[in-house]
Amino acid sequence: MTKALQMFPDKCTSCLMCEMACSLENEGLFNPAKSRIKVFEFEHGRTSVPYTCTQCEEAWCLHACPTNAIVINKATGAKEVIDDKCVGCKVCTMACPYGTVNYNSATGKVIKCNLCGGDPKCAEVCPTDAIVYVEQEAAQ
Amino acid sequence: MTWQQQVLRVNLTEGTCTTEPLNMQWAQDYLGERGLATKYLWEGMNPQSDAMSPQNMLIFATGPLTGTMASTSGRFAVVTKGPLTNAIACSNSGGKFGASLKYAGYDMLILEGRSPTPVYLHIVDDEVTLHDAEDLWGKTVWETDDAIHEKHQDPQLKIAAIGVSGEEGVRYACVVNDLHRAAGRSGVGAVMGSKNLKAIAVHGTKGVSVEDMPRFMTTVKNAWKKLEADEGRKELTELGTNAMIDAMQAFGGLPTRNFQEVQFEGTDKINPEAMVTANKNGHTNLLTNKACFGCTIACGRVAHIDQNHFTIVNRKEYWHASGGLEYETAFAFGPVCGVDDIDALTFAGFLMNEHGMDPISFGVTLAAAMELYERGIITDDDTDGVALNFGNAEALTIMAEKTGKAEGFGKQLGLGAKRLCEKYGHPELAMVVKGQEFAGYDSRALPGMGLGYATSNRGACHLKHDVFAEDMEDQSAAGKAEPCKTSQDAIATIDSTGLCLFTSGAWDLSDYAEQLDAACQGNWTTAKLEEVGERIWNLERQFNLTAGLSRADDTLPPRLLNDPVPTGTAKGRVCELDTMLTEYYELRGWSDQGVPTPETLQRLNLS
Repeated sequence: MTKALQMFPDKCTSCLMCEMACSLENEGLFNPAKSRIKVFEFEHGRTSVPYTCTQCEEAWCLHACPTNAIVINKATGAKEVIDDKCVGCKVCTMACPYGTVNYNSATGKVIKCNLCGGDPKCAEVCPTDAIVYVEQEAAQ
Repeated sequence: MTWQQQVLRVNLTEGTCTTEPLNMQWAQDYLGERGLATKYLWEGMNPQSDAMSPQNMLIFATGPLTGTMASTSGRFAVVTKGPLTNAIACSNSGGKFGASLKYAGYDMLILEGRSPTPVYLHIVDDEVTLHDAEDLWGKTVWETDDAIHEKHQDPQLKIAAIGVSGEEGVRYACVVNDLHRAAGRSGVGAVMGSKNLKAIAVHGTKGVSVEDMPRFMTTVKNAWKKLEADEGRKELTELGTNAMIDAMQAFGGLPTRNFQEVQFEGTDKINPEAMVTANKNGHTNLLTNKACFGCTIACGRVAHIDQNHFTIVNRKEYWHASGGLEYETAFAFGPVCGVDDIDALTFAGFLMNEHGMDPISFGVTLAAAMELYERGIITDDDTDGVALNFGNAEALTIMAEKTGKAEGFGKQLGLGAKRLCEKYGHPELAMVVKGQEFAGYDSRALPGMGLGYATSNRGACHLKHDVFAEDMEDQSAAGKAEPCKTSQDAIATIDSTGLCLFTSGAWDLSDYAEQLDAACQGNWTTAKLEEVGERIWNLERQFNLTAGLSRADDTLPPRLLNDPVPTGTAKGRVCELDTMLTEYYELRGWSDQGVPTPETLQRLNLS
C-alpha cells in the first residue's frame, strides 16, 4: 500500500512553509522559486491551493521521456527524475496534463515531486495540516 | 549566507541602479531590517532635511532571517524620515514582498533623490529597471498591482505600491504590498510619492541560505513548537488581533470618541464574535484567516461585506473578499469615531488598503474632526456638507474615500490630526505624539503605554514597547520606566531580525538569539541582542535630536495628562508622565533634557 499527499485548500494559510521545505530538501536552501510544490492564490487571496504532482497512475511524463529518465520508485510510487539521464528536452513538461513537471534553467534538467523518498517535507512542516501524507485508502 | 551581503541603491534623480556590498561591520552592530536601515539612513542623509525633499532617503530593508523557515520570516521595514512626525519613521510589513526582495539577492533597497517623472522599479534578480509610470499615476494601489502584473505577465511579481494619497502627500499615506499588507505608519507612502516612485515590483529566484543549516533547522523547529503551544498565539490565530477590543473594553482602556471616554457601548457589534455571527441577511463578515510569508500564526483576517450594505450595494467592484478587521482598524474606525457598523468599518478598511493609508492615523484624525464638528468649530461648509457627528458610519466611509483620493475635506483630513487641529485653532484636540496619532490603548488606564507612546522615536505607537502585563497588573506610574526601556530595546532587536513582533509573546530574546546564531556569521547571544537593541534605540534618538526634536516632544496631549478617565478600572486616573519620564531618562543614561550622555554614546559605540 503506497501513501499519497492529500491537500486541503480550506486549511491552507498561504504561508509557503511547504515551498521552503521542498526547496531545502531538494536544493539545499530556502527558495520557493525552486519548489516542487506550489501554492496558488485565488479570489483576492481568499483561497490558497497547494498543488504538486499527483503521482498519477498514467505517468504521462514517464512514457513521454525519450531517455527513460523518469522511473517509478516501487516503495513510494513516486515518479522520479534520474538527473544523469535527463537531457532537459522538456517533453515530459508538455506531456504532464497537470503542469507539475517543471524545467530548471539553472541545471538544464526538469524537476518534479519525488515524495522525498517517502518522507515528504511539505507535509511535515505544514502548520495547519493542509498537506498530509496518508495511506491512499484512507484519503478523504 | 543569511545576509545576501548586497545592497541595491537606486538614485531616482539620475535614474541609476547600482549594487554595493552590505557593510558587514554595520550588520554585526545593527543586525538588519530596522536597525541596519537606521544606520544607513543616519550615515546617508542629513536628519534636518525635509521629509518630502529629494534629500530624504527611503529604505526597504529585510532582516537576516527574512525568507528563511524561522516562523514569521516575511517581515521587512521601510525606514525614512517621516512627513507626519519630522522624526525617523520605521514601518514594518509582512506579506510576501520582503522575502521576494531578499530572494532577488538584496538585503536592502535604498532609494535616493527624486525622479523627474513618475516611475516604478522592476526587479528580477540582477535585472533592475526603472519604468515609466505616467499611466499608473492617479491609480489606486489595487489598480497599480493589476496593471504591473498584466504588463510583465509575471504572476510571481510581488508588488509594493502607493495610491493617490501617497502621490498627493497625505501625511499618513502608507506603502501597501501584496494588496492587503502595509508598511502602515508615519507616512512612508508620502515619501515614496514625493520621489515620484509609484511602485516596486520584485521577483526573486535566488533563495536564501544560512551558516549552519542543520543547527538552524533544529532551533527553528524548537521555536515553532514553543509558538504553537502559546496561548496568545492561539488567540491570534483563532480571533485575530481584534480579540483585544473586548479586553480593552472590559478594562476601560478603549479610546472612544476622540479619547473623551475609554469604553464604547458598541463593541459587541464589531468584536471577533460579531465578525463570525450572521447578520439579519444571513451574511457573515469573516471568511477565513491567512498568513504572511513563512508565518505559522496567521493572524490576518479575510472578510467580505454584506452586498445589501449601503457602502457597496451599488458597487459590485467591492463584492469580493479582502483584508478584514484587525484590532487597530476596528478601534480607529469604531470606538474612536463612535461607529458600531461592522460592514462600514470593514469597507473603510478595504479603502485604506486600496488607497494606501494608515487606518490608525486616518481614524484618529477623523475623530478629531468629529470633535471639532460637534463643538461647532467646523461646520457643514468645511466638511462638504457631510455631518461629521460621532457615530456616523456614512461619514466614516465617505471621508475615507475622499481622503484616499485627496478630494474636498479629505485634503484637510490628509494633514493628520495635529496639523488639522492646529489649522482650526485647537491643537489640544489632536490625539498625537510628535504628530503621530495614538493606537487603541488609553495612556491613563495603561500608564506604561503612555510612557512608551511619549518616548517612541516614531511618535505615538503601540508596537515599540511592551509594558502591557505590568499595566494590566498595576495602573500606577510606579515601576513602569524599567520595563518600558527594556522592552523598547528588545523590540528594536526583534524588528531587526526579519521576524514578526507577534512571536514575542511566546519567545524571549534567547529564542531569537539561538536562531540568529545558527543562521548568521558572528556570535549572537542574548546579551549581544540587548546591546544591539539599545544601540538602535539610541541611534534613532540621535537622528531625532539632530532633526530638531527635544524633551518637549516626549509628551502627551493635555487630555491624557489632565482629564481623569470617566469610567472603567482606571476611573479618576490621569497619566503621570513626568515622574515616569525622569526615571526613564536616568535609566537610559540620558540627560534630564533627554540627550544621551557622552558616556552612554561611548558605551554603545555611537560616539
